[in-house]
Amino acid sequence: MTPTVHSAAATPAAPAVRLSPGAQVLAACRAEGRAALVGYLPVGFPTVQTSIEAMVAMARAGADIIEVGVPYSDPLMDGPVIQRATETALEGGTRVDDVFEAVHAISAAGAAAYVMTYWNLVLRRGVDRFAADLASAGGCGLITPDLIPDEAGEWLAASDAHGLDRVFLVAPSSTPERLAIATGACRGFVYAASTMGVTGTRETVGSAAETVVAGTRGVTDLPVCVGLGVSNRAQAADVARFADGVIVGSALVSALGEGGIPALEALTRELAAGVRESRR
Amino acid sequence: MSEQLGRFGEFGGRYVPEALIPALEQLDEVRRKAAVDPEFVGELDRLHRTYTGRPSIITEVPRFAAHCGGARVILKREDLNHTGSHKINNVLGQALLAKRMGKTRVIAETGAGQHGVATATAAALLGLECVVYMGAVDTRRQALNVARMRLLGAEVVAVTNGSQTLKDAVNEALRDWVANVDSTHYVLGTVTGPHPFPEMVRDFHRIIGVEARAQVLDLVGRLPDAVLACVGGGSNAMGIFHRFLLDPSVRLIGLEAGGEGVHSGRHAARFSGGTRGVLHGAATYVLQDDDGQTIESHSVSAGLDYPSVGPEHAHLFETGRAEYRAVTDDEAMQAFRLLCRTEGIIPAIESSHALAGAMAVGRELGPEALLLVSLSGRGDKDVHTAARWFGLLDDAEGMP
Ligand SMILES: Cc1ncc(COP(=O)(O)O)c(C=O)c1O
Repeated sequence: MTPTVHSAAATPAAPAVRLSPGAQVLAACRAEGRAALVGYLPVGFPTVQTSIEAMVAMARAGADIIEVGVPYSDPLMDGPVIQRATETALEGGTRVDDVFEAVHAISAAGAAAYVMTYWNLVLRRGVDRFAADLASAGGCGLITPDLIPDEAGEWLAASDAHGLDRVFLVAPSSTPERLAIATGACRGFVYAASTMGVTGTRETVGSAAETVVAGTRGVTDLPVCVGLGVSNRAQAADVARFADGVIVGSALVSALGEGGIPALEALTRELAAGVRESRR
Repeated sequence: MSEQLGRFGEFGGRYVPEALIPALEQLDEVRRKAAVDPEFVGELDRLHRTYTGRPSIITEVPRFAAHCGGARVILKREDLNHTGSHKINNVLGQALLAKRMGKTRVIAETGAGQHGVATATAAALLGLECVVYMGAVDTRRQALNVARMRLLGAEVVAVTNGSQTLKDAVNEALRDWVANVDSTHYVLGTVTGPHPFPEMVRDFHRIIGVEARAQVLDLVGRLPDAVLACVGGGSNAMGIFHRFLLDPSVRLIGLEAGGEGVHSGRHAARFSGGTRGVLHGAATYVLQDDDGQTIESHSVSAGLDYPSVGPEHAHLFETGRAEYRAVTDDEAMQAFRLLCRTEGIIPAIESSHALAGAMAVGRELGPEALLLVSLSGRGDKDVHTAARWFGLLDDAEGMP
């Protein structure tokens, strides 16, 4: 690996000169011949303190990467479970500042943290300041569900300047041209939405997921992680056949909400076993 | 990025999930082609003449104008359109586009219910399935419109998350759209949202200003000194403003909902109390806190009760081409009653904000001034609110 050299210049799709901790985890999983488990929880649910403990516990129980959600008043990519959890978090007074505390705690525990945030929260803090704060907390980068690369000029520059990964989404509706644009701007990994829809558990993860991953692999060598709808061990194992990472959100949020940290750990262990079932 | 799509200065853009980009690209392409296709233009024109009731008339209102510093006041009567407001202009255009794209289902958000009623109407006319999302608070405030939409065959979904008002209805409509984009067109009701909505919706409403400018020239022989319109998302305002943008002598004045007063924090005055941000797909002015969380808006008028505003208005505001003022609930309701009593016209409470603006601007400019006001809708839907506000009925007469 070459030493870190970052330029502040805005160079869209700049080559990664250093792998982030998250990217290193994905590379290690690939070397092991398995998919990574990416677990999502929002900061502040049920409280800031418990959510941070839960994220660290999830990492210890087998989540390879933690996706730290930032509660937002208008979460248009989220289904009912995450909507309710983030409403609780906001009613409890959760602030954007708390996100950096969570990232710091996760990094200090030796795990890789990405922040999943709606764009207005980044804009409001200032894109460069948000990036600086995330980098100094030890975060790997941002997952941005409502930001497309076409609108991301400031973020491309800030992520280069602060050595952060940027994870854009691709979807079953993405044309080859859009796949190329999205993946060309990604660093770290690509987030492939398994279905057309919002977050939430689903009975089955449809065949669209496999198709979108195949299409994505046609245009990039980056790891491709699949999210939306995965809730149990069997689904995790199924997605792990073709994806580099399996992203689970609503099911973990429900487990935490219903059974506290013990239930969260139990589900995490199940899912971690699932991603190890499909060796490649 | 070199090319910034759908921008008005720094505002606008497309801040939406990647999953929606192909649908937005398709919509943009189809509406551009339709705009120059004689068949499409002819069909929309025919519907406007034979169904909407266009051109809408203008009415000079001298008895009302006596309360506007003696200025001459002319109303553009969008309230006389079928379904009772300007909203139908946009909805018929988008419903025809939905058919062109082969979509069989339309969805819409609605606050006051006027856009929902217009969408349900167009869906009935063109044989489309229709689902309307409406905040649960608004379904209670505007219960009659819920019944109207159901009569027209639409499904009305009461949205119970978040603040249970218009912004949450937009969120829910966007979630539906992502999941059903193959079959469904999202008939967005105002000049907000991701590109191409702000531009497309404006273009469908541009007819308001095109007609009014010619009608005023015909009646008075000169251009108005000011054009006034209420601004919720800003569609009736962009519709009447656009034809006057290149007339430098014409002041363009948008009236936002000042609610209980801008200093009370309970208002929807984005240009007095908001800051730059992104909401529902567009970079614009937003009511938000220090973290970027949306702050709930407040207004007596459900149609103006929205925490963000169309990006083109943000651009007109920053360039100074248009000015924006806040009108309080109380000022709007006084203007509402005044128009009823002086002219025999019951305006929508939304439009009453523009009337209150005319009262203030007329007094500033004096008797030589000529004001053109967008009367965006009629007040039938607001009779209940007005009866309560002015104490017009007692319990025995059926006031709950
Ligand atoms: C009569 C009337 N006027 C104005 C509005 C506000 O919308 P816009 O600002 O898009 O014209 C509404 C919205 O419901 C309305 O019903």
